[in-house]
Amino acid sequence: MIEFSGVTKVYGSTTVVDDVTAQLPKGGITSIIGPNGAGKSTLLSMIARLIPCDRGTVLVDGLDVARTSGETLARRLSILRQDNHMTARLTVHDLVAFGRYPYSRGRITADDQAHIGRALGYLGLNDLGDRFLDELSGGQRQRAFVAMVLCQDTDYMLFDEPLNNLDIRHAVGMMKLLGNAARDFGKTVVVVLHDVNFASCYSNHIIVMRDGKLFLQGSPREIIRSETLEQTYGCPFEVQELGGNRIAVYYT
Amino acid sequence: MRHERKRSSIVTLMVIAAVAATATIAFMTIGARGNWSFVLPFRGVKLLALALVAYSIAVSTVLFQTITNNRILTPAIMGFDWLYMLLQTLLVFGLGAAATSAIDVRLMFVVEIGTMLAFSLVLYRFLFSGAVRDLHLLLLIGVVFGTLFRSLSGFLQRLIDPNDFVVLQDRLFASFNAVDPNLLMISALMVVGASAVGLRIFHTFDVMSLGRETAISLGVDHRRITMTVLALVAIFVSVSAALVGPVTFFGLLVANLAYILMPTAKHRYVLPAAILLAVICLVGGQTILERVFAFDTALSIVIEFAGGLFFIFYLLRGHAR
Ligand SMILES: Nc1ncnc2c1ncn2[C@@H]1O[C@H](COP(=O)(O)OP(=O)(O)OP(=O)(O)O)[C@@H](O)[C@H]1O
Ligand SMILES: [Mg+2]
Repeated sequence: MIEFSGVTKVYGSTTVVDDVTAQLPKGGITSIIGPNGAGKSTLLSMIARLIPCDRGTVLVDGLDVARTSGETLARRLSILRQDNHMTARLTVHDLVAFGRYPYSRGRITADDQAHIGRALGYLGLNDLGDRFLDELSGGQRQRAFVAMVLCQDTDYMLFDEPLNNLDIRHAVGMMKLLGNAARDFGKTVVVVLHDVNFASCYSNHIIVMRDGKLFLQGSPREIIRSETLEQTYGCPFEVQELGGNRIAVYYT
Repeated sequence: MRHERKRSSIVTLMVIAAVAATATIAFMTIGARGNWSFVLPFRGVKLLALALVAYSIAVSTVLFQTITNNRILTPAIMGFDWLYMLLQTLLVFGLGAAATSAIDVRLMFVVEIGTMLAFSLVLYRFLFSGAVRDLHLLLLIGVVFGTLFRSLSGFLQRLIDPNDFVVLQDRLFASFNAVDPNLLMISALMVVGASAVGLRIFHTFDVMSLGRETAISLGVDHRRITMTVLALVAIFVSVSAALVGPVTFFGLLVANLAYILMPTAKHRYVLPAAILLAVICLVGGQTILERVFAFDTALSIVIEFAGGLFFIFYLLRGHAR
């Protein structure tokens, strides 16, 4: 379980994440949605200890992320960030192999090799393993970074906008992949999404952020409603039931 | 393909090593005219000094670039070398040459490295607080620090007693022909000690080059490794500056040559390549200038010229990010 209480981040005089408290149950997919600048990435970075909280605590399986050793956490929690750029020139395979660092410290074992192969396979990157990252398309690069996170094989996986740059087939494939990871391997997946319909169709739990605060949380059925979405994004929504899912239409 | 790349890395490394070995042998033997008992120890000491300098500059530059995630900032460009010079000048200015020479070389090293570390901490704030993300601004900060240190020492040197000044100049621009064996011993010990520490955290270097956030999420204690590397850099810079004085662009040159020549970014290959390239430049360059052209002190000028050209080229090509 990931529990955070009173988590706050202040930059200068603006509070970008304001006293957020929530518990994310083990297993399943939790989506975080909300407008640009709502503080989703900042919250995710604080959970993953990439930036320190100004107030509040984050516990992962009862371990305080601010106090637990980085090595221990790296085997429990991984994160895909919203922006990934590297100065070093790496191939896809090299990048994905870094996912095994918490286990092997750079000495790749046969077991690691198997993990790397599987992660590349899951994301359809088998043929691109020897390409350099700067020789890939945006969506291929995004998939390479996701493969690295999968390769880290942690119980908790955080993804900040994993569908960035992906075409429709790969976006759906990605959400199904994360769903499988949650269902078949008991992983706990937290994703930041912008497309509310992906959140509606693939998540077990939705958290809505607005102005740095946790605005609402609940099941897709409770959250994907025209009033709540209109309050969240400030534009008109029409929500329809389609094949057992709630689909929001916002092309007005 | 992957194995191909690994093999080509190893082959490249072996070729560079062979060239470095050739340069070393040429340095030791050309023009010896059979006076081996005199020539070998004399040149051996010089060779050791050159090798220490090459090693220190190459390692400090590559590691500094790894933790700062860029390929254009170097300790020298950030003003470390000039700080060393300023410290030396301050010592002679404050205590006089006689008293300074009387200080134990080891104590001196400790004090100098301590000060350089303090400077690293200031730099650390600029480099890693996130306040300054702009590379050109960082370059400017480095240039400003370097100029400040240099002008201050220039100013103090004008106030110093002329006799002391001669001593100081000797210390600052120790030529390879007159290396103090005591200094050489201590430098070698420091380099070995620093390398031993570096070896213990070697496995983190590749991860560190992925950037702060990725390194943290892979479980590296980014802060601790950064501080350790900065400490090592301070030691290496002190060693090279003590042996040859400030060199601004040499590190940049060999590090970037290594990145270009090696088909992989792994430190396992890049670090040895940078060290060997530095040995080739220094030992080979010294051999050519000294034995072939019979110049003595021009090596640093030639190397700085080449490094400076490379720096400008690099900036113009827009490689600096
Ligand atoms: N380093 C920083 N310094 C100052 N302000 C920041 C910093 N990082 C983020 N912010 C501000 O914090 C707020 C929240 O940013 P955050 O990246 O968490 O938003 P987000 O919800 O992820 O938005 P998006 O959907 O655009 O990714 C924004 O208003 C942003 O301008
Ligand atoms: Mg974001």
